[in-house]
Amino acid sequence: MKYVEEYRNNDLVAELATELHRLVDRPIRIMEVCGTHTVSIFSHGLRALFPKNLELISGPGCPVCVTPINHINDFQTIAGLNGVSIAVFGDLIRVPGTTDSLSSMSAKGRDIRVVYSPADVLHLAKQHPQRVWMLPAVGFETTAPAIAAVVLEASRLNINNFTIYPANKTVPAALDALFGNNTIKLDGLLCPGHVSTIIGLEPYRSLAHKHGIACAVAGFEPTDIFHALISLATMIHKRETKVQNCYTRAVTDSGNERARQLIEEVFTPEDSRWRGFGVIPGSGLMLKDKFAHFNALHRFTFTQNKDQDPASCRCGEVLKGVLQPRQCPIFGKSCTPSSPIGPCMVSSEGTCAAHYRYGSVEINL
Amino acid sequence: MTKIITLDHGSGGQASDDLIKNLFLKYLTHPELKQLNDSAVLEQVSGKLAFSTDSYVVDPIFFPGGDIGELAVNGTINDLSMMGARPLYLSLGLIIEEGLDLDDLEKIIYSIGRASEITGVPIVTGDTKVVPKGKGDKIFINTSGIGVIDSGIDIGPHRIKEGDKIILSGTMADHGVTILTKRAEIDFSGSLTSDTTALHNITSLLLDHFPGDIHAMRDPTRGGVANVLNELAENTELNMEIKESNIPIRAEVKAACELLGLDPLYLANEGKCLIFVSATVADETLKLLRNLPEGKMAAIIGHTDTQHPGKVILNTNAGGRRLVNRLIGAPLPRIC
Ligand code: SF4
Repeated sequence: MKYVEEYRNNDLVAELATELHRLVDRPIRIMEVCGTHTVSIFSHGLRALFPKNLELISGPGCPVCVTPINHINDFQTIAGLNGVSIAVFGDLIRVPGTTDSLSSMSAKGRDIRVVYSPADVLHLAKQHPQRVWMLPAVGFETTAPAIAAVVLEASRLNINNFTIYPANKTVPAALDALFGNNTIKLDGLLCPGHVSTIIGLEPYRSLAHKHGIACAVAGFEPTDIFHALISLATMIHKRETKVQNCYTRAVTDSGNERARQLIEEVFTPEDSRWRGFGVIPGSGLMLKDKFAHFNALHRFTFTQNKDQDPASCRCGEVLKGVLQPRQCPIFGKSCTPSSPIGPCMVSSEGTCAAHYRYGSVEINL
Repeated sequence: MTKIITLDHGSGGQASDDLIKNLFLKYLTHPELKQLNDSAVLEQVSGKLAFSTDSYVVDPIFFPGGDIGELAVNGTINDLSMMGARPLYLSLGLIIEEGLDLDDLEKIIYSIGRASEITGVPIVTGDTKVVPKGKGDKIFINTSGIGVIDSGIDIGPHRIKEGDKIILSGTMADHGVTILTKRAEIDFSGSLTSDTTALHNITSLLLDHFPGDIHAMRDPTRGGVANVLNELAENTELNMEIKESNIPIRAEVKAACELLGLDPLYLANEGKCLIFVSATVADETLKLLRNLPEGKMAAIIGHTDTQHPGKVILNTNAGGRRLVNRLIGAPLPRIC
């Protein structure tokens, strides 16, 4: 753990914060794309150390949050089928669909298990061969290679009681769409380091170029975040629209080729619906035809849900950065982490949950 | 063939009788229990009585550092101790699922007997029921306890004052992280163990030395340090200022939490207490605590203040500052 502590060193953080204060000499707006950054910034209490002129806006990088309600409803429909068990990652279990959540279905006796990695699902499928297992494959480039690896393994071992609901998404496509609709004015992007360990820097280069925005790829520790903010502030000051790698201990320019090959071997890009964004062309990962027998959409007979996200839920705007959580009329009132209306209040990476948990209107820390 | 619990063991007939005589009374030896009367008849005590009950449903029933039996004894002793009571007697209620391995039951009763012996708090009355397979989960245990509060002792949230120091009696989150990783079948090579311990020696030592200055004590079990502090902040209209770098936590616990995306402030402890003490005697209190094996790692983690009534504020290692809210929902590991 010594390793981690170095990146949380009080004195070093204070030094970096002073430098950031010096550089931010006019109001600037930076989006932290990913929920992991949002939570890290909140949980380390870094907001208390940022310059007043720096406005940090949370973006669409919370995989649970951007999963649209029709997918959530489909997961539940499948969970209700006879002989089917669901294996689900953490927070997804509590996301409300139109009438239920997987967690309320579990309370009513459906077999729903929380798992920690895609490999766990294969394990469950082997252990309980009489049931068909379904993994809602939600996540970005960070989870997709592990899911691809499990699909390949299931195929190799001929395990036919294992399925996934393909709902993986890719980050750069969403960012492109975000700038494309022009509702938000940003000076810089704090880009998620773990995504770049897979995709590298290239996808951001075209984004930076196309939309005239500075990008910094950052790790998740306090000093990582400050380094990246300093780099962004410097670029913004000089009106540069480059991509800086501020997470060189994990990210290389070209990313992880092997992981990308895994994704390519199993998935093919497809149009995908995002909560708040609608359909973004080529932003989803669909199982290739040769793996269709692992695809829950083929495997099970059910009518795919077509519901629109509920009107009372403003998560779409929060995910696009055009609405701050507290501006949602139901924030902290009818929508709280114990009875969430929108996914942004459920997920540990959700912006609303982070604001609710770590911040408060009463004290401006 | 392994012997298992059947419905017969709960029928009140021969099988029940055998179980009680050959297994329970082998390890639980208090004369009052041996009478097998409908209730225990106990000596008169002078002082206010503290009476507490708790049920234990931990899954898995055996975990590194302890088992459900030991937990059930220590847990209720701790609930009594936190009110400043000297624990005197315990009751033991078992609800066993048909099919439980008899050897497992013996291990559990053995460890109940051992914990009761170590702590000096006897089991004086008990009850056993067996439920059909699928109607329970291996074994559930309820223990109730009676303790006596010596005259002159008055502790509780109502006595917490502005400027009190907050002491944590040892490392946080050991039990919670052990159970969560065990349940998830994540192997941290045996480095994580539950901290299940009785705390009555700590509490009686402190109350003997500083009866007026120990203002409140709480054991941060479910919901962890964060929940107890929030509850007390709300009750007292004070705020709790804590410093991350002062909160004792074992390196392996911290590493496991990092890996699973869990916040140790919310994870359960089963052998730790939070102590609110006058600032004037805080250092001496700490010294006393550190002399006990169960208080070796004790530390002053913060103090109470009036600036932000009802809030818990963490001063982070990185030099930042943030709120610590109550736990919402079960702690779930993150997705990516
Ligand atoms: S408060 Fe609830 S409904 Fe509103 S944006 Fe946040 S999560 Fe969505």
